[in-house]
Amino acid sequence: MEITVRSLWTMIHGMGFGALYLMACSGALVELHRRYSSHSQAPVTARDETFLRVYFAAMAALAWLAVLTGAYLVYPWYRAAPPADAASLAAFPQRLLLSSPSTSAWHSIGMEWKEHVAWVVPICITMAATVAFQYGRSFKHHPQLRNAVLGFVWISLFAAGIAGFFGAMLNKNAPVEGGRTIHLVKGARP
Amino acid sequence: MSDGIPSASAAREARPNGAGAAAVLAAGIGSLLIACFAILADQSASIKSLMNFYKPTGPLSGVTTCAVVLWLASWAGLHASWRNRNLAMARVSAIAFILLLLGLLLTFPPAADLF
Repeated sequence: MEITVRSLWTMIHGMGFGALYLMACSGALVELHRRYSSHSQAPVTARDETFLRVYFAAMAALAWLAVLTGAYLVYPWYRAAPPADAASLAAFPQRLLLSSPSTSAWHSIGMEWKEHVAWVVPICITMAATVAFQYGRSFKHHPQLRNAVLGFVWISLFAAGIAGFFGAMLNKNAPVEGGRTIHLVKGARP
Repeated sequence: MSDGIPSASAAREARPNGAGAAAVLAAGIGSLLIACFAILADQSASIKSLMNFYKPTGPLSGVTTCAVVLWLASWAGLHASWRNRNLAMARVSAIAFILLLLGLLLTFPPAADLF
Protein backbone atom coordinates (compact mmCIF):
# COMPACT_ATOMS: atom_id res chain seq x y z
CA MET A 1 0.00 0.00 0.00
CA GLU A 2 1.56 3.27 -1.06
CA ILE A 3 0.64 6.86 -1.73
CA THR A 4 2.39 9.70 -3.53
CA VAL A 5 3.21 12.97 -1.77
CA ARG A 6 0.87 14.92 -4.06
CA SER A 7 -1.94 12.49 -3.45
CA LEU A 8 -1.37 12.70 0.31
CA TRP A 9 -1.54 16.51 0.29
CA THR A 10 -4.66 16.41 -1.89
CA MET A 11 -6.21 14.10 0.71
CA ILE A 12 -5.15 16.35 3.61
CA HIS A 13 -6.62 19.37 1.77
CA GLY A 14 -9.94 17.75 0.87
CA MET A 15 -10.63 14.98 3.36
CA GLY A 16 -8.74 16.58 6.20
CA PHE A 17 -9.46 20.30 6.24
CA GLY A 18 -12.40 20.43 3.81
CA ALA A 19 -14.43 17.47 5.04
CA LEU A 20 -13.78 18.36 8.68
CA TYR A 21 -15.10 21.84 7.98
CA LEU A 22 -18.27 20.43 6.41
CA MET A 23 -18.85 18.20 9.42
CA ALA A 24 -18.14 21.02 11.86
CA CYS A 25 -20.76 23.20 10.15
CA SER A 26 -23.62 21.01 11.35
CA GLY A 27 -22.48 21.38 14.97
CA ALA A 28 -22.17 25.15 14.68
CA LEU A 29 -25.61 25.46 13.09
CA VAL A 30 -27.29 23.31 15.76
CA GLU A 31 -25.55 25.25 18.55
CA LEU A 32 -26.56 28.63 17.10
CA HIS A 33 -30.12 27.49 16.36
CA ARG A 34 -30.78 25.93 19.75
CA ARG A 35 -28.78 27.62 22.43
CA TYR A 36 -28.53 31.16 21.15
CA SER A 37 -32.13 31.57 20.02
CA SER A 38 -33.95 34.38 21.80
CA HIS A 39 -36.77 31.83 22.38
CA SER A 40 -34.45 29.45 24.22
CA GLN A 41 -35.25 29.36 27.93
CA ALA A 42 -31.93 27.81 29.03
CA PRO A 43 -29.30 30.39 30.01
CA VAL A 44 -26.05 30.48 28.04
CA THR A 45 -23.23 29.82 30.49
CA ALA A 46 -19.65 31.09 30.34
CA ARG A 47 -18.66 27.55 29.36
CA ASP A 48 -21.10 27.55 26.41
CA GLU A 49 -19.73 30.90 25.34
CA THR A 50 -16.12 29.65 25.42
CA PHE A 51 -17.15 26.52 23.54
CA LEU A 52 -18.75 28.54 20.73
CA ARG A 53 -15.71 30.81 20.45
CA VAL A 54 -13.21 27.94 20.32
CA TYR A 55 -15.46 26.00 17.92
CA PHE A 56 -15.78 28.90 15.48
CA ALA A 57 -12.06 29.69 15.73
CA ALA A 58 -11.26 26.04 14.89
CA MET A 59 -13.67 26.19 11.93
CA ALA A 60 -12.03 29.39 10.68
CA ALA A 61 -8.59 27.73 10.96
CA LEU A 62 -9.86 24.71 9.00
CA ALA A 63 -11.36 26.92 6.29
CA TRP A 64 -8.16 28.95 5.86
CA LEU A 65 -6.00 25.80 5.85
CA ALA A 66 -8.28 24.25 3.22
CA VAL A 67 -8.12 27.22 0.82
CA LEU A 68 -4.41 27.91 1.36
CA THR A 69 -3.29 24.30 0.84
CA GLY A 70 -5.67 24.11 -2.11
CA ALA A 71 -4.50 27.28 -3.84
CA TYR A 72 -0.78 27.12 -3.06
CA LEU A 73 -0.01 23.41 -2.87
CA VAL A 74 -2.49 21.26 -4.77
CA TYR A 75 -3.63 23.70 -7.47
CA PRO A 76 -0.10 24.29 -8.89
CA TRP A 77 0.23 20.51 -9.35
CA TYR A 78 -3.23 20.41 -10.93
CA ARG A 79 -2.53 23.18 -13.45
CA ALA A 80 1.11 22.31 -14.27
CA ALA A 81 1.85 22.49 -17.99
CA PRO A 82 3.27 19.35 -19.60
CA PRO A 83 6.51 19.52 -21.60
CA ALA A 84 6.10 19.48 -25.38
CA ASP A 85 7.30 15.89 -25.63
CA ALA A 86 5.11 14.51 -22.81
CA ALA A 87 4.01 10.99 -23.69
CA SER A 88 1.10 11.01 -21.23
CA LEU A 89 -1.07 13.65 -19.57
CA ALA A 90 -1.68 11.53 -16.46
CA ALA A 91 0.53 13.78 -14.33
CA PHE A 92 -1.14 16.98 -15.63
CA PRO A 93 -4.78 16.81 -14.46
CA GLN A 94 -6.00 20.09 -15.97
CA ARG A 95 -4.63 19.22 -19.42
CA LEU A 96 -5.94 15.68 -19.12
CA LEU A 97 -9.47 16.95 -18.42
CA LEU A 98 -9.32 19.51 -21.24
CA SER A 99 -8.09 16.89 -23.71
CA SER A 100 -11.54 15.28 -24.00
CA PRO A 101 -14.98 16.86 -24.56
CA SER A 102 -16.43 14.34 -22.11
CA THR A 103 -14.29 15.65 -19.25
CA SER A 104 -13.45 19.28 -20.15
CA ALA A 105 -16.44 20.74 -18.26
CA TRP A 106 -15.06 19.27 -15.02
CA HIS A 107 -12.35 21.89 -15.42
CA SER A 108 -14.20 24.74 -17.17
CA ILE A 109 -17.15 24.65 -14.77
CA GLY A 110 -16.05 22.47 -11.84
CA MET A 111 -12.57 23.76 -11.10
CA GLU A 112 -13.31 27.31 -12.28
CA TRP A 113 -16.21 27.51 -9.81
CA LYS A 114 -14.49 25.62 -6.99
CA GLU A 115 -11.30 27.67 -7.01
CA HIS A 116 -13.24 30.90 -6.42
CA VAL A 117 -16.34 29.91 -4.44
CA ALA A 118 -14.20 28.13 -1.83
CA TRP A 119 -12.77 31.50 -0.72
CA VAL A 120 -16.22 32.65 0.38
CA VAL A 121 -16.03 30.04 3.16
CA PRO A 122 -13.13 31.47 5.22
CA ILE A 123 -14.54 34.97 4.77
CA CYS A 124 -17.93 33.92 6.19
CA ILE A 125 -16.59 31.84 9.05
CA THR A 126 -13.91 34.35 10.06
CA MET A 127 -16.71 36.88 10.39
CA ALA A 128 -18.76 34.40 12.45
CA ALA A 129 -15.79 33.64 14.73
CA THR A 130 -15.03 37.33 15.26
CA VAL A 131 -18.65 38.14 16.06
CA ALA A 132 -18.75 35.18 18.48
CA PHE A 133 -15.65 36.56 20.23
CA GLN A 134 -17.12 40.07 20.35
CA TYR A 135 -20.65 39.20 21.45
CA GLY A 136 -20.57 35.70 22.94
CA ARG A 137 -23.59 35.21 25.19
CA SER A 138 -25.14 38.51 24.13
CA PHE A 139 -26.13 36.90 20.80
CA LYS A 140 -29.35 36.20 22.66
CA HIS A 141 -29.94 39.92 22.99
CA HIS A 142 -29.07 40.58 19.33
CA PRO A 143 -31.34 38.16 17.46
CA GLN A 144 -30.86 39.88 14.08
CA LEU A 145 -27.09 39.69 14.41
CA ARG A 146 -27.36 36.02 15.40
CA ASN A 147 -29.62 35.38 12.39
CA ALA A 148 -27.14 37.08 10.07
CA VAL A 149 -24.28 34.94 11.41
CA LEU A 150 -26.47 31.85 11.11
CA GLY A 151 -27.26 32.71 7.48
CA PHE A 152 -23.60 33.22 6.63
CA VAL A 153 -22.70 29.88 8.23
CA TRP A 154 -25.44 28.18 6.16
CA ILE A 155 -24.07 29.74 2.99
CA SER A 156 -20.51 28.80 3.94
CA LEU A 157 -21.75 25.21 4.23
CA PHE A 158 -23.27 25.47 0.74
CA ALA A 159 -20.07 26.97 -0.72
CA ALA A 160 -17.89 24.36 1.01
CA GLY A 161 -20.25 21.68 -0.32
CA ILE A 162 -19.76 22.93 -3.90
CA ALA A 163 -15.98 23.00 -3.44
CA GLY A 164 -15.99 19.57 -1.83
CA PHE A 165 -18.20 17.98 -4.49
CA PHE A 166 -16.16 19.31 -7.39
CA GLY A 167 -12.90 18.53 -5.60
CA ALA A 168 -13.94 14.90 -5.22
CA MET A 169 -15.18 14.63 -8.83
CA LEU A 170 -12.08 16.31 -10.26
CA ASN A 171 -9.83 13.99 -8.32
CA LYS A 172 -11.87 11.02 -9.52
CA ASN A 173 -11.62 12.03 -13.18
CA ALA A 174 -8.03 13.31 -13.12
CA PRO A 175 -6.25 12.59 -9.84
CA VAL A 176 -3.40 14.77 -8.69
CA GLU A 177 -0.53 12.31 -8.55
CA GLY A 178 3.23 12.43 -8.51
CA GLY A 179 6.16 13.25 -6.32
CA ARG A 180 7.84 10.87 -3.92
CA THR A 181 6.08 7.60 -3.17
CA ILE A 182 5.42 6.81 0.47
CA HIS A 183 5.18 3.11 1.27
CA LEU A 184 2.55 2.66 3.95
CA VAL A 185 2.20 -1.10 4.31
CA LYS A 186 3.92 -3.90 2.48
CA GLY A 187 1.25 -6.27 1.16
CA ALA A 188 1.38 -10.06 1.09
CA ARG A 189 2.60 -11.72 -2.11
CA PRO A 190 -0.23 -13.04 -4.35
CA MET B 1 -27.26 46.15 38.97
CA SER B 2 -25.77 47.25 42.30
CA ASP B 3 -24.40 50.57 43.56
CA GLY B 4 -25.08 52.12 40.17
CA ILE B 5 -22.59 49.79 38.44
CA PRO B 6 -24.20 47.85 35.56
CA SER B 7 -23.93 44.07 35.84
CA ALA B 8 -21.94 42.09 33.25
CA SER B 9 -25.20 40.80 31.81
CA ALA B 10 -26.64 44.31 31.42
CA ALA B 11 -23.40 45.51 29.85
CA ARG B 12 -23.55 42.70 27.30
CA GLU B 13 -27.17 43.46 26.52
CA ALA B 14 -26.33 47.12 26.00
CA ARG B 15 -23.37 46.44 23.70
CA PRO B 16 -23.99 48.27 20.39
CA ASN B 17 -24.46 46.06 17.35
CA GLY B 18 -22.18 48.23 15.17
CA ALA B 19 -19.09 46.01 15.40
CA GLY B 20 -21.15 42.96 14.45
CA ALA B 21 -22.87 44.83 11.63
CA ALA B 22 -19.48 45.93 10.28
CA ALA B 23 -18.22 42.32 10.27
CA VAL B 24 -21.38 41.04 8.54
CA LEU B 25 -21.42 43.71 5.84
CA ALA B 26 -17.66 43.36 5.23
CA ALA B 27 -18.10 39.59 4.75
CA GLY B 28 -20.71 40.31 2.07
CA ILE B 29 -18.34 42.79 0.41
CA GLY B 30 -15.46 40.28 0.57
CA SER B 31 -17.52 37.56 -1.08
CA LEU B 32 -18.52 39.84 -3.93
CA LEU B 33 -14.92 41.04 -4.32
CA ILE B 34 -13.76 37.45 -4.99
CA ALA B 35 -16.23 37.23 -7.88
CA CYS B 36 -15.41 40.73 -9.19
CA PHE B 37 -11.65 40.15 -9.28
CA ALA B 38 -12.17 36.72 -10.87
CA ILE B 39 -14.31 38.27 -13.63
CA LEU B 40 -11.83 41.10 -14.19
CA ALA B 41 -8.92 38.66 -14.48
CA ASP B 42 -10.94 36.49 -16.84
CA GLN B 43 -12.01 39.34 -19.12
CA SER B 44 -8.79 41.30 -19.42
CA ALA B 45 -5.43 39.82 -20.39
CA SER B 46 -3.53 42.69 -18.77
CA ILE B 47 -5.36 42.31 -15.44
CA LYS B 48 -4.88 38.54 -15.64
CA SER B 49 -1.15 39.08 -15.99
CA LEU B 50 -1.15 41.63 -13.13
CA MET B 51 -2.90 39.10 -10.89
CA ASN B 52 -0.15 36.56 -11.38
CA PHE B 53 1.38 37.13 -7.91
CA TYR B 54 2.65 33.58 -7.53
CA LYS B 55 3.40 31.90 -10.85
CA PRO B 56 2.64 28.25 -9.92
CA THR B 57 -0.87 29.26 -8.74
CA GLY B 58 -1.37 31.78 -11.55
CA PRO B 59 -3.94 34.62 -11.51
CA LEU B 60 -5.90 32.93 -8.69
CA SER B 61 -3.15 34.08 -6.31
CA GLY B 62 -3.71 37.75 -7.17
CA VAL B 63 -7.49 37.50 -7.40
CA THR B 64 -7.81 36.04 -3.90
CA THR B 65 -5.06 38.16 -2.33
CA CYS B 66 -6.59 41.41 -3.63
CA ALA B 67 -10.08 40.37 -2.54
CA VAL B 68 -8.91 39.34 0.94
CA VAL B 69 -6.88 42.54 1.44
CA LEU B 70 -9.80 44.74 0.34
CA TRP B 71 -12.23 42.71 2.48
CA LEU B 72 -10.03 43.28 5.55
CA ALA B 73 -9.63 46.97 4.70
CA SER B 74 -13.39 47.44 4.28
CA TRP B 75 -13.96 45.60 7.57
CA ALA B 76 -11.44 47.82 9.38
CA GLY B 77 -13.05 50.95 7.92
CA LEU B 78 -16.60 49.91 8.77
CA HIS B 79 -15.54 48.77 12.26
CA ALA B 80 -13.89 52.12 12.97
CA SER B 81 -17.02 54.01 11.92
CA TRP B 82 -19.69 51.76 13.43
CA ARG B 83 -18.23 50.11 16.54
CA ASN B 84 -19.98 52.43 19.01
CA ARG B 85 -23.23 52.74 17.09
CA ASN B 86 -26.49 50.85 16.99
CA LEU B 87 -27.58 50.25 13.43
CA ALA B 88 -30.68 48.93 11.73
CA MET B 89 -29.35 45.38 11.64
CA ALA B 90 -32.12 44.05 9.40
CA ARG B 91 -31.11 46.51 6.68
CA VAL B 92 -27.38 45.84 7.04
CA SER B 93 -28.01 42.08 6.96
CA ALA B 94 -30.22 42.36 3.88
CA ILE B 95 -27.50 44.29 2.00
CA ALA B 96 -24.81 41.85 3.19
CA PHE B 97 -26.85 38.84 2.01
CA ILE B 98 -27.49 40.41 -1.38
CA LEU B 99 -23.73 40.97 -1.79
CA LEU B 100 -22.97 37.44 -0.59
CA LEU B 101 -25.50 35.82 -2.93
CA LEU B 102 -24.28 37.96 -5.84
CA GLY B 103 -20.75 36.82 -5.02
CA LEU B 104 -21.83 33.18 -5.03
CA LEU B 105 -23.74 33.59 -8.28
CA LEU B 106 -20.94 35.44 -10.06
CA THR B 107 -18.33 32.83 -9.16
CA PHE B 108 -20.42 30.33 -11.17
CA PRO B 109 -18.61 30.29 -14.56
CA PRO B 110 -21.68 30.43 -16.86
CA ALA B 111 -22.90 33.51 -14.92
CA ALA B 112 -19.44 35.11 -14.88
CA ASP B 113 -19.12 34.55 -18.64
CA LEU B 114 -22.10 36.85 -19.24
CA PHE B 115 -19.80 39.82 -18.65
